[in-house]
Amino acid sequence: MGEGYVLKLENIVKTFPGVRALDGVHLEIREGEVHALCGENGAGKSTLMKIIAGAQPYTSGAMYLNGKEVVFHSAKDAKRHGIAMIYQEFNMIPELTVAENMYLGRLPVNRAGKVDWKRLNQEAQEHLERLGLSFSARAKVKSLSVAEAQMTEIAKCLTIGAKIIIMDEPTAALAEEEIRILFQTIGELKKKGISVIYISHRMDEIFQISDRLTVFRDGKFVATKEIGQTDYEDVVSMMVGRKVSNLYPTRDYVPKEVVFEARNINGPGVHGVSLKLHKGEILGITGLLGAGAIELSKLIYGAIPMESGEIYINGDKKDCTSPKKALKEGIGFVSDDRKQEGLVLIRSIRENISMSSLKKLTRGFSLNKKLEVKCVQEQVKALNIKISSDQQLTGKLSGGNQQKVVFAKVLEADSDILILAEPTRGVDVGAKAEIYSIINKLTECGKSILMISTDLPELIGISDRILVMREGQLVLNVSKQEINQEKILAHASGGVNKHESGN
Amino acid sequence: MNQEIKKRLVNQVNIYRSLLILVVICIFASLLSESFLSVSNLFNVFKQVTVAGIIACGMTFVILTGGIDLSVGSILGLSGVVASGVLASTGNTALAVVTAMAIGIACGAVNGFFISQCGIPPFIATLGMMTLLRGCVLIYTKGSPIPVKVDSYKFIGKGSVLGVPVPVIILILLFLLAHYVLTQTSFGRSIYAFGGNREVARLSGISVKRTEWMAYVMNGFLSGIAAVVLTARLSSAQSTSGQGIEMDAIAAVILGGTSLSGGTGFVLPTVIGAMIMGIIDNILTLMNVNPHATNIVKGAVVLIAVLVDKKVKDLSAKAG
Repeated sequence: MGEGYVLKLENIVKTFPGVRALDGVHLEIREGEVHALCGENGAGKSTLMKIIAGAQPYTSGAMYLNGKEVVFHSAKDAKRHGIAMIYQEFNMIPELTVAENMYLGRLPVNRAGKVDWKRLNQEAQEHLERLGLSFSARAKVKSLSVAEAQMTEIAKCLTIGAKIIIMDEPTAALAEEEIRILFQTIGELKKKGISVIYISHRMDEIFQISDRLTVFRDGKFVATKEIGQTDYEDVVSMMVGRKVSNLYPTRDYVPKEVVFEARNINGPGVHGVSLKLHKGEILGITGLLGAGAIELSKLIYGAIPMESGEIYINGDKKDCTSPKKALKEGIGFVSDDRKQEGLVLIRSIRENISMSSLKKLTRGFSLNKKLEVKCVQEQVKALNIKISSDQQLTGKLSGGNQQKVVFAKVLEADSDILILAEPTRGVDVGAKAEIYSIINKLTECGKSILMISTDLPELIGISDRILVMREGQLVLNVSKQEINQEKILAHASGGVNKHESGN
Repeated sequence: MNQEIKKRLVNQVNIYRSLLILVVICIFASLLSESFLSVSNLFNVFKQVTVAGIIACGMTFVILTGGIDLSVGSILGLSGVVASGVLASTGNTALAVVTAMAIGIACGAVNGFFISQCGIPPFIATLGMMTLLRGCVLIYTKGSPIPVKVDSYKFIGKGSVLGVPVPVIILILLFLLAHYVLTQTSFGRSIYAFGGNREVARLSGISVKRTEWMAYVMNGFLSGIAAVVLTARLSSAQSTSGQGIEMDAIAAVILGGTSLSGGTGFVLPTVIGAMIMGIIDNILTLMNVNPHATNIVKGAVVLIAVLVDKKVKDLSAKAG
């Protein structure tokens, strides 16, 4: 059984009360390969990962490790067998050093029972170096970048002798440059014969890094393919279960008048940025993580106070120094962090949707509930939000539906200028296409969009014009006709000298 | 199918939990003492919970924001003694009542200022105010009680309309007001949004500082009214009045199922929570239990209620 495979899953079934989350799933992992798991949200990827990592038991089926059948009773158990998982949220203690975190719970001690710091730091540093990482094992975790913290997690897996590492959306919080470092590290892992199970929503990454991939749909195994024998469209159609023709809508945008202008915006991480947005335009802004694109969006919306700068709407200077004022001037904001900044997860869909338009819905002293229900129903219908009732808690919705609720909230506030920060982050392919089509439709209704994204294919697919930021400044301004990915990356990473960036 | 029913049942228990506890405790109480269910005793229980009940209504607002207010007892004390002082010197009931409300509002506004504008944690700000205001009470009264001699003022605490005690009417009116504000107005929505996630509320254009401030003002205002009811019922204002009432109010809110981390809860279960505390008090008195033991029972009930709450929540989380 399982010859040539380090890990083999046969006919795994997992049932939750009333739900069959996994229905006869197969998976074979070779030694030293990067194996991607693909599937929409709810396809069963995360359940499968938890089963492999021992965090959840399975109902029936069998799991073989190096040909021998194994049953994990806990995550610790799985770790002992060399299976480690890196979660999206890191499990590290910020106040401790890299080395301490790597050896947490099993710090080396000398004969007197005192921690052997010298040995600890030395061993930790060696592990980091083996992965080609240059930061110090003595640095506190809180001083690390997100990418470095992630590398520390990976290094930690090595210290416990992991043979299989599961990575769940490892690039979600990383920018292009950092992703490159991650991929290099994954390359190092492969050389050492360590297998990586890789989960990502970003198809381009999967094709760049994986050797093979397995597609799941609705808890069922669809296919395992060599990367060379498949392509993007093939995988997506397997995931969705039908042909997906166009992810991005076709746009025929004709430049119109300027509706929004930001002049000389300065603030934390943003230096002297000026930009113009035209009516009905989708203006994309990108840059590496920390380049200031997200900060710029928050400065414009008044979520972070500006040090200096002016906002003009339809040629008139406006006061947008707080989200409340910005909303009043018709600027809406969809945050990149929907769970912390977009939705009150413990409140209902209805309350979330009307959260920005309470004034509009108030008659005399009280809220006009009839009007509210009507407005909410209209938004739910227009955005095709799939819910059973508007009293459902937003925390229980899927990522795509949550994002649509945030859109509904912003639209309900009658915003004409929409700032969308990473609007498709953590959203599956089907919902992504829907969100693009919503954005496209909004511009047809005369709304203008400022879209911040680090997902370049997406930004190129949907924008009419793209601005590139580096170190808080605009370094490139390209129209749809001249957009190309290499050029954008070169500017974003500083490979090209600063360009003239007027409008 | 079975799962669906179980899930629905768990949800129902969640909503009516405090009511269930109330019914269970009432059944116990009527078994333990025959006089418990008499009309006069029930009105008596009602009257006894009015002061804590009124404050608990205000406390619900504060706890919904994720905050806490330890100063309500001292606000009550100060409003009570100053109102009684005004009453003693002018004999004007209306003026005394307005004074109590004004002091309540002012103290709540100071709390709110420190918390929302200066960013001091609610626990610390109101702890400071609790001690500070109690000091004011002692200086004002010099430690001796201020008697209340005006009949129209006493009516607020002792009178009744159509057989219903006035304090009970006041509690019901204030409960309705609080319920209305919380469920029917934009301010109420802002409170829920704020307690659920402050940053989301701010980014959604809600005036978060004003919302938080207003919650404490509301609480102060209700403490001022509670002071009038208490001093009128006792016909005097004591320098110690209101001491420890913050704990009764917080316990009532918790029994009502409002989450201490904010964002979820209602006023009605809070009032029921206050009644549960009152009934426990009452039944132990009827049974001639050592008054000091009352605290042991009350504390135990709060702990058990929270424990049950946690179990039910775990169950409903499992049921999805």
